[in-house]
Amino acid sequence: MNQRLVEIGVGLFVAAGLAALLVLALQVSGLAELRQGTGYQVTAKFENVGSLREQAPVSMAGVRIGRVEAIELDPASHRATVHMRIKERYDSIPEDSTAAIYTAGLLGEQYVGLQPGWESESLDDGDRIADTQSAVVLERLLGQFLTNTQE
Amino acid sequence: MIGLLRMLGARTLEGLRGLGEAVLLVARILRAAPAVALRPRLLIEQLYAVGVQSMVIILVSALFIGMVLGLQGYYTLADFGATEAVGTMVALSLVRELGPVVTALLFAGRAGSSLTAEVGLMKATEQLSSMEMMAVDPERRILAPRFFAALIAVPLLTAVFSVIGILGGYLVTVGMIGVDSGPFWSNMQNAVTIRDDILNGVIKSAAFGLLAGWITLHKGYTAVPTSSGVSRATTRGVVHASLAVLGLDFLLTALMFE
Repeated sequence: MNQRLVEIGVGLFVAAGLAALLVLALQVSGLAELRQGTGYQVTAKFENVGSLREQAPVSMAGVRIGRVEAIELDPASHRATVHMRIKERYDSIPEDSTAAIYTAGLLGEQYVGLQPGWESESLDDGDRIADTQSAVVLERLLGQFLTNTQE
Repeated sequence: MIGLLRMLGARTLEGLRGLGEAVLLVARILRAAPAVALRPRLLIEQLYAVGVQSMVIILVSALFIGMVLGLQGYYTLADFGATEAVGTMVALSLVRELGPVVTALLFAGRAGSSLTAEVGLMKATEQLSSMEMMAVDPERRILAPRFFAALIAVPLLTAVFSVIGILGGYLVTVGMIGVDSGPFWSNMQNAVTIRDDILNGVIKSAAFGLLAGWITLHKGYTAVPTSSGVSRATTRGVVHASLAVLGLDFLLTALMFE
């Protein structure tokens, strides 16, 4: 076998393998969208985040505008602090917007939905969304339903 | 009774000796790494033999496995009205398990068998001992380039396998059945993480490449130098490498994914 052809073949092979790794990283795991530093960060405190996970979508009017970056427990208030990173181009979200945790479909994963407010001031990096609505926990809902029907 | 005990003891000792021999062999091969780096031509030739020439079987199997996964996943998920999750299912099962394992099994069959047969035949025809006569170290010259070629080729083949498999699943579910392509990709991107899934898959495949190359080369290098000995070593190499890959996969999965 011609040495040159062997080398070209190996070069192609290695390039194809590396390209496949790149596709896995970018297209399959969606790394391209969550590069650090692009967009601005806002936080919101929730009574209960349910099964919300990091990397969950943040959407407004059904359009994905960002992702959940971190979820932690605030030791002072015992509430969950959710850090979200919103894409740069959605920079005119009203300051008094509200955040709620919804479930996509009946069995789907949970996401943060933002409802626009009316203020002309818009959210900036580091701002906090004050008005939040927790995740619906099925057991709690059933419990309420049962106590209501008993009355 | 005594005879049985004696046989059992001899078998155990022989197994332990083989294991020690294999570990010492891989230690000597690893020490030959600088020698391989100095002569990249040998490595390139072996990469061609074990990597490039395995591409066709990897591409074809990946496409069909991905298509079957998509089809079966669709049928099951359709009962729950969650057909958009089919992309997630195909991608996770390929990246975490099927990609590394099936690639390693195919590699052991396609490239590992030829490694054992080649090295075993070199031994049977006394090419290895004549190399030693010429003060050429066969472990450096013959074994090390093949070992490192397997170590490099398997992760690359696995990455190609996973991508082509996902493409196969996409073709069947989005192209033929008509699942929407938006949720197919976005659900997948939400579920698959780079560190937990993709990096662990790459680590797995490197471990499998090391194991497959190591076992098949060891079987060839220690083959009984007759034609039946080489054929037995080839069979054993493929069988042992496949079993070792499957066993290690269980261990690694238990360690990696909680």
